[in-house]
Amino acid sequence: MAQRFGQRWALRGVSLTVARGEVVAIVGHNGSGKSTLLRIVATALRPTRGAARVLGVDVTAAPGFIREHSALLTHDVALYGDLTAAENLTFAARMLGRPASRSVIDATLDTVGLRDVADERARGFSSGMQRRLSIARLYLRTPQLLLLDEPFNSLDAQGVELVSRLVDDTRARGATVLLVAHDLQRGSVQADRVVAMQDGTFVEPTDASLDTPNAALASRVLASVSA
Amino acid sequence: MSFATDLGRARAILWKDLTAERRTKANFNSVAAMAGLILLFFGFALGPDAKGLRSAAAGVLWLTVLFSGVLAFNRSYQLEMEGNALEQLLLYPGERWALFAGKLSANLLFIFLVEVVTIPLAGIFYHVAIPDAWVSVLGVLFLGTVGFVTLGTVYAAMASRSRAREVLLPLLLFPMLVPVLIAATEATGALLIDDPMGNAGSWIRLLAAFDVIFVVAAFWVFPFVIEG
Repeated sequence: MAQRFGQRWALRGVSLTVARGEVVAIVGHNGSGKSTLLRIVATALRPTRGAARVLGVDVTAAPGFIREHSALLTHDVALYGDLTAAENLTFAARMLGRPASRSVIDATLDTVGLRDVADERARGFSSGMQRRLSIARLYLRTPQLLLLDEPFNSLDAQGVELVSRLVDDTRARGATVLLVAHDLQRGSVQADRVVAMQDGTFVEPTDASLDTPNAALASRVLASVSA
Repeated sequence: MSFATDLGRARAILWKDLTAERRTKANFNSVAAMAGLILLFFGFALGPDAKGLRSAAAGVLWLTVLFSGVLAFNRSYQLEMEGNALEQLLLYPGERWALFAGKLSANLLFIFLVEVVTIPLAGIFYHVAIPDAWVSVLGVLFLGTVGFVTLGTVYAAMASRSRAREVLLPLLLFPMLVPVLIAATEATGALLIDDPMGNAGSWIRLLAAFDVIFVVAAFWVFPFVIEG
């Protein structure tokens, strides 16, 4: 799969297979093509060349199916600043066709630690709180493919724990997680496999087994990316 | 996904846009003020002659709605550009027509509210009394607004990804609005003077025909426009 923006190739012919239920971390420096790869899988972008298949379905042929069964946490918080935290979540629930009762919304906000500020406008939140609110959207559904783009950004220790729990829960119900991170230690801690990217290609596709200590694996990948 | 679920999504977008607007009123205040200023300035340009003002009233009213409406359309998508909410909006499941229906209904309601302020002002500034056929005038306003807002919503979506969207939108939109503008102005003008020549009916039918074409075309083309 390849992706070009203007004259610049963001992805230069990458190929990756992820098994159902697997947690894969894609690591690499800024501009290495990680987010582009994730956005193609999520149907936010059409690949310039090649194809991506999710659950056996081509993402360009049936984007509706993919959107139904996947969830993407983007770099951007994608919130409406003039709506309250509860209203932002209510809107997301309605768009997802999920129950949007106040009790459901409050329970979800409670999960991400924002119950106390449910009726405050998102514009006034710190970046960490806004990030938590965008993560709360993921708790409204149970996708078969969870795509996380730099999920640990702006988060404090509790927020990081929140994302870790989300990954664990997703894995526990047999769903797949693709996680993009430039923080190699954090990104790879829960991963079954770590893949490194540089300049739009995979540097060292690794099929590391679970018994490989993830920290050591991350260091190896870091070394290969930095080389 | 059922039709009812997609209809729920359209309602959610309408609710979200109106809630954000109700909370800040930034868009309504600026658009209504802009409309008032346009009416006033056209009045100054046309001079104090009451008869001349009355005969120009229909055209000035529609131009006012058009110019001020463009501000509203830009703002409507600006809401989605903050924090890149548009990408998230597009990643929700469901049919694209639901997004368009939500945006269209929010814009329609907004422009109708602006007209509630603009029309009485136009009546006062341009010495226009309430005509006998006021129900028909309201019908023309409805049809003209539907055509205008339908096109505006599509073209604003098209321009939203451009950095020069404020300039691009009127450049794209205004040429396409010529048929609606002519039909709406002619029908309104005829009805304001009680339609002595019996012309209003044919203009209204033409306006309705344009509306049908624009609405069908807009729902068809929107998924391609919004996907980029």
